[in-house]
Amino acid sequence: MVAEKENLVEVSNLKMYFPVKKGIVFQRHVADIKAVDDVSFTIKKGETLGLVGESGCGKTTTGRCILQLNTPTSGSVNFDGHELTEMKPADLRAFRSRMQMIFQDPYSSLDPRQSCGGIVSEPLIVHNMVKSKNEIKDQIEELLSVVGLNPSMAGRFPHEFSGGQRQRIGVARALAVRPDLIVCDEPVSALDVSIQAQVINLLEDLQEQFDLTYLFIAHDLSVVRHISDRIGVMYLGHMVELADRLELYDNPQHPYTKALLSAVPIPDPVAEATRERIVLEGDVPSPLNPPEGCVFKTRCSKVGCSGGDVTMELMESSPGHFVDSCVHSK
Amino acid sequence: MAALLEVKNLRTHFYTIEGEVKAVDGVSYDLQPGEILGLVGESGCGKSVSAMSVMRLIPWPPGKILDGEVLFDGVDLLQLEEEEMRKIRGKEIGMVFQEPMTSLNPVLTIGKQLTETMELHLGLTPEEATNRAIELLEMVGIPDAGSRLPQYPHQFSGGMRQRVMIAMAMSCNPRLIIADEPTTALDVTIQAQILDLMQDLCRQNGVALIVITHNLGVVARYADRVNVMYAGNVVERGSAQEIYHNPQHPYTKGLLNSVPRLDDTVKKKLDPIQGLPPSLSKPCLCQFCGEPQPTLVEVSKDHLAARCNADPNCDGWFPRDLG
Repeated sequence: MVAEKENLVEVSNLKMYFPVKKGIVFQRHVADIKAVDDVSFTIKKGETLGLVGESGCGKTTTGRCILQLNTPTSGSVNFDGHELTEMKPADLRAFRSRMQMIFQDPYSSLDPRQSCGGIVSEPLIVHNMVKSKNEIKDQIEELLSVVGLNPSMAGRFPHEFSGGQRQRIGVARALAVRPDLIVCDEPVSALDVSIQAQVINLLEDLQEQFDLTYLFIAHDLSVVRHISDRIGVMYLGHMVELADRLELYDNPQHPYTKALLSAVPIPDPVAEATRERIVLEGDVPSPLNPPEGCVFKTRCSKVGCSGGDVTMELMESSPGHFVDSCVHSK
Repeated sequence: MAALLEVKNLRTHFYTIEGEVKAVDGVSYDLQPGEILGLVGESGCGKSVSAMSVMRLIPWPPGKILDGEVLFDGVDLLQLEEEEMRKIRGKEIGMVFQEPMTSLNPVLTIGKQLTETMELHLGLTPEEATNRAIELLEMVGIPDAGSRLPQYPHQFSGGMRQRVMIAMAMSCNPRLIIADEPTTALDVTIQAQILDLMQDLCRQNGVALIVITHNLGVVARYADRVNVMYAGNVVERGSAQEIYHNPQHPYTKGLLNSVPRLDDTVKKKLDPIQGLPPSLSKPCLCQFCGEPQPTLVEVSKDHLAARCNADPNCDGWFPRDLG
């Protein structure tokens, strides 16, 4: 057993409420959309933490809150021993170069009027990491070859690249400032199956090469399971289960995790025919008006579970395996 | 048993500024009554265009069905007058589109959209049609169907809208339903609900179903037979079992190796297909031997794979842009 690695990111009791306002001149605060509600987890140095859940469950907002792209309503985000939520913007800027993001849509996340080289070198210029034009050119060449693009393509514009190549540009841009943490927000969802594998392999290679830490956000469980070390399952703003990748798939505790796993089809008709299937009834409730107590109770199949008077809280059911207390207590 | 649908050598091309795009270039397949057929492939491989061609929904300009036959119950749909074709669409062949948000009319109520086809095709009175619409909505699992009829599409969630689309496709008791990426826009738990529903309804009513998807898992779970499409051609065809356990074409093999599986026990590197799919506006030459057109060859019973005529030792017709 290797020595326990230290935490790079510690998120505790993170809450992100988006206010809903009414009125034209005098805006009244009428409600909150609880996008993220009391989420706590840690990311160790060099590991990949996967966040899965359906659309609207708050996984992207969680990622954005870590990077301080949204100012959390409450809670703390600790990055390498520094509290980010209370930091002044000027101090925060120094940390921005240590945390980067890869976006979902490679078509809209690149400026169409900037050349590939310009896109990749902009973070370097913003953070004053390059001195001369020659240095910029060298850096661009190096970054492009690291992500598997031909350095001679630096002068081309985004529309001249395919979806997979554009995502490689996005990766190069994130990598430019040599960050410690990269938040990958659905980096392969918009790509075709055969191209997905190329980008996933690239991300894995880069992690090894540059000792990166990933927060990998995706809705595709097979992809998340492939790339992550640990996985957190989110539902309606809450984290309902958090465990090691194999543990989560072999021994899921929460009924939502079980249903989510069984909903993902396996590309093998024989394995499919013998699998146990749990199909969830109904839709996800609106985050504007989530159920009281356990947020999963409207779809929970557990007999005799009312879920009405519990608070959502993660408890450790076995070492390293955290599950929502509503399930754990029974 | 006579095939319900037989597509023979279908060719649909689009005439664009960049030249002639051979979206579907010689596709043949058949479908038995009550069968579920999976059409898999990546975006731009021609899977949707081939299905749209069956319904004759290709807009001209820029698209045109150049050649081929689409025999539905022995009648060539491509030779029918537009008037006669209209009697087939929605009545004999139902269609479920990908985007439930855009394929329902936002300014008409759900009830209006559901009853319209039934009044038109089955000659029901508005009252009869409304009663049937309520039955249909209950069948697809929409609770309190009566009070949902006067509502508009924006009052339904994505999964509910797709259920309405399915109810609409089923409304005139069709013999074939074409579902074009029916669950791509939906979350996984909703995807499972919708696909299970479609499978049950088709099995109960003996309706044949063509599921067009890029998700190999969906096909494995629901399809009896599978057509793998690539670069405007069917490159492999066979039973689901054969395709997944005994893939013969290099593209099918590559595709199966490049997706991570939920039941993998060891963490291993994915094996991606190198390069990019070829541009369909240029001749698609096989990367191994340069052959421009594939020939489907029977490799075992009811299992065909695309081979090159010129070179018998070639692994299979597999054009790829490796630049």
